[in-house]
Amino acid sequence: MIDFIVTKYNYLFYIVLFLIGFYAIIVKKNLVKKVIGMNIMQTSIILFYVSIGCKKDGTLPILLDSDLHSHAIDAGKYLNPLPHVLMLTAIVVMVATLGVALAVLILMYKQYGTLEEDELLKRIK
Amino acid sequence: MIDQAPVLIIVIPLIFALLTPVVGLWRKSLCYFWILTALALSAAFSVTVFVKVLNTGTIHYNLGGWTPPWGIEYVIDHLNALMLVVVSAIALLTAVYSRKSIEKEFPNKKTAFYTVFLLQATGFLGIVITGDMFNLYVFLEISSLAGYALIAIGEDGALFAAFKYIIIGTIGASFYLIGVGYIYIMTGSLNMADIAALLQQVNNTSVIHIAFAFILAGLIIKMALFPMYIWMPDAYTKAPSASSALIAPLMTKISAYILVRVIFTIFKPEFITANLPVTKIMLWLGFAAIIYGAIMSIAQTDFKRMLCFIIVAEIGYIVGGIGLFNPTAIKGAILHILNDAVMTAGLFFIAGIVKYKTGFHNLTDFKDLFKKMPVTMGAFVIIALSVIGVPPTCGFFSKWYLIKGAIIGNAWPFAAALLFSSLVNVVLFFRIFEIGYGFDHGHDSGGHEELGSGSLISEAPATMLLPSMLVSLIIIFTGIYNQTIITNIIEHVTPNL
Repeated sequence: MIDFIVTKYNYLFYIVLFLIGFYAIIVKKNLVKKVIGMNIMQTSIILFYVSIGCKKDGTLPILLDSDLHSHAIDAGKYLNPLPHVLMLTAIVVMVATLGVALAVLILMYKQYGTLEEDELLKRIK
Repeated sequence: MIDQAPVLIIVIPLIFALLTPVVGLWRKSLCYFWILTALALSAAFSVTVFVKVLNTGTIHYNLGGWTPPWGIEYVIDHLNALMLVVVSAIALLTAVYSRKSIEKEFPNKKTAFYTVFLLQATGFLGIVITGDMFNLYVFLEISSLAGYALIAIGEDGALFAAFKYIIIGTIGASFYLIGVGYIYIMTGSLNMADIAALLQQVNNTSVIHIAFAFILAGLIIKMALFPMYIWMPDAYTKAPSASSALIAPLMTKISAYILVRVIFTIFKPEFITANLPVTKIMLWLGFAAIIYGAIMSIAQTDFKRMLCFIIVAEIGYIVGGIGLFNPTAIKGAILHILNDAVMTAGLFFIAGIVKYKTGFHNLTDFKDLFKKMPVTMGAFVIIALSVIGVPPTCGFFSKWYLIKGAIIGNAWPFAAALLFSSLVNVVLFFRIFEIGYGFDHGHDSGGHEELGSGSLISEAPATMLLPSMLVSLIIIFTGIYNQTIITNIIEHVTPNL
């Protein structure tokens, strides 16, 4: 059990962070807090993907120079760069989502003067 | 040029979308023709690809010349080819339709609207064409983000509806992304065909089961299946007419298309039946969605909101049909994805016309519309009959296959739910016809004078009328030629079970 935690702690953190974000989305009444929760949730997925491509003592998958004895040639130590690259795209998506959410929040605040869910629902009707 | 057609379907609307603000700076009125050009080109290439697929079979297009397991690949088989045509046609029709309704609802935001509109179409087309799971996620988010913006422009309350959609839609996309991550851990691949081959060796691991569960949960949220539909009625009701005519028919249906892709292309049918009770769950969720959607749609007084609950029921048809898991029902479900996209688009066109003419979209606003707008209401009757499921229209045939499939699969409750929902649709639409003909004179005594002055025919503008009439024609023709569609297209993608 201890061994599991020590070797896989990044995955545990991903799950904990995901649940924190999810909890905030469900429970919090303030819409900004919901957006923050949404962001934490998305960030946790990035942690998950980055963990997939992680390796102890790993190196970049690059041929350093013509020196064939250079350590970076050892293919077994290469890190898989793909999950990290995927996450660049996911970060862009995350930022865009956050931007749209905040823009909507600003408009809502201008129109109704509050971002508390209960108050807002009363004022919409 | 023809070789590059698959990528041009996506790239043309994308580049045109990025240039729309520039065009808007120069001449605002040109934006409309600009996006019409983009969508018409995209639709033309979709038709080219469709014809090519019919003649030569599945097309593989490697983006940038990278070979499939490493590079992103566009795969167009018979199902997506037809989906591409349907999606690009609906996008084009909606673009034609949007002109007058935008001028009335938000004339200052034309440029911004058309930019986002094209991005939305790009996202939809991209989801349909791609053969790569992560690329699908990116397109799913492009279309969702554009959708949030398109909905938020709408009437009072649209902002909160859009916010709800942002939060719930993001949860759905995140679940999908986690599922893709688990698949990537086990297979090291993102290409759908490659994953399908590699999964055979690791099918029985719990990681793959969890991956499938996450993807399914994400898609269920995105397609607004019964327990997860909460975001949908508000968002589509409050959205401006042009946005809801694009998003409402396509977003849910395209998510259903992804479900078909995931179940039959990536995870093979053997995996679905062998390991998890997925089909049973889907069947009962579909059953619940149909019953709930039917009952809730009766209770609505707002026409668009009523349509939203009809969509809830229609999604129940599709998911339940897949859940029945026999070839007849799956054929019906796939046919229903296509039919329902067209029918829902038509209904939202009508809703937009009513809003354009009367300023609202309540059921009572249909009063005397048969006298004022006979052509529009003629199109509406055809579309409504198709939703009910009357023979010459396409809605009948997909329902026929679904009911037949339910009987073959001994799923009597599901067959009963389908019939119940059809009966409810009869009630829903004939109630509107009755209001439209002005039969209920009992309520107000002043009705006759009003009728006398308002009986002049004032049809909807041509740009709004034409798409609605075209949709009703498409409905009749796909109904008449449904057998051709089934044998030439859908049978190619129905798995042998």
